[in-house]
Amino acid sequence: MKVLVTSEDKHLDSPVDVRFARARYFIVVETETGEYQAIENSQNLNATQGAGVQAGQAALDLGVEAVITGHVGPKAFATLLAADIDVYVEATGSVRDAVQAFKAGSLSRAVRPDVESHW
Amino acid sequence: MTQNQENLLIAVASGKGGTGKTTFATNLAWTLSGDSDRVIYMDCDVEEPNGHLFLNPEWSAAREVKVGIPIVDQDRCIHCGKCGRICRFNAIADLGTRVMTFHDLCHSCGGCMLVCPVQAITEQWNPIGMIRRGHSGALSVIQGELNIGHPTSPPVIREVKAEASGTGIRIIDCPPGTSCPVMESVKGSDFVLLVTESTPFGLFDLRMMVEMLGLLKLKLGVAINRKGLGDRSVYQFCEQRQIPVLMELEDDRKIAEAYSRGELAVVSFPHLKERFRKLMQAVLKRIRT
Repeated sequence: MKVLVTSEDKHLDSPVDVRFARARYFIVVETETGEYQAIENSQNLNATQGAGVQAGQAALDLGVEAVITGHVGPKAFATLLAADIDVYVEATGSVRDAVQAFKAGSLSRAVRPDVESHW
Repeated sequence: MTQNQENLLIAVASGKGGTGKTTFATNLAWTLSGDSDRVIYMDCDVEEPNGHLFLNPEWSAAREVKVGIPIVDQDRCIHCGKCGRICRFNAIADLGTRVMTFHDLCHSCGGCMLVCPVQAITEQWNPIGMIRRGHSGALSVIQGELNIGHPTSPPVIREVKAEASGTGIRIIDCPPGTSCPVMESVKGSDFVLLVTESTPFGLFDLRMMVEMLGLLKLKLGVAINRKGLGDRSVYQFCEQRQIPVLMELEDDRKIAEAYSRGELAVVSFPHLKERFRKLMQAVLKRIRT
């Protein structure tokens, strides 16, 4: 399945970016094959407002079934919820580590946002 | 000061908060109202209006400020996504199965309603604040209040200014900072008085205000509050940029004590009136050249 992991750089060994909406990069990973694609998130880094909404929409457009990140704010959460995309928070280590933790079932699925706006 | 029939808009801004905008705006307005019945004090610091603490106006009218926000008929929607694409504020998003709207991000531009090919979006009017009118002696007072929790002040600021558009000697008490609410407050003014303190913090934000006013092509001058405090940095900056320092108010504990009791400085210390009159004369001179 396709998942999105927030990342500080373009590689599977890059550290997970703790922020969802304003992450530097989105890495879309096919969990079965390990294939991945890095997408720059500059339009959200620079957004004055609504970055969560825009990022949520980006996740929908990328066709991922889950988002794996550090923390997710209220608008991002609402958008992902409406888009039927699961959110996993408190991922640590590298993107690769995060995907492994996801596959092992050791990441917590968020049922509500865990940080405030503009965190 | 001679009575005249001029209509003027003078904005009192600062950049850095807490420098004395309200002190200058209220005392200037009060002083001028002693000589003219056409003076209007307009509190555009709608997130925390505080001029009323010193002017103690008798309110005579109040009205709500409302803004239009989109309501989507989910059954009519064909999920073309045009509404989300036109919105610059990420306030509306088509998520395939439904369209979400985020009212606190909406700037009421009406774009989504215009582009919807099936007219699935209509406008709902939501209250975001209040405008109050009143008077304190001969001084007219207009105050804007943004509802607690609402993030967008410019619509309320516009309504404050619209209450007395084009008439009288209007003194605008601006919000602190240098972003959208301040721009909305200073727009269209004949002169912007920048109240500051001569400290590194004061100078830092003063620079940003000067740059903004340069882009807006508005006349400006500086008033230094709490003179004696800090260093010479603001004076040096003003000299370099040829910005006139039109008035200085000393760092006087007695003035601060009066302020903390909610008293107007020119009422507690009437000799200060002449200085505010001279300030106005200096401002007028620069407006007319």
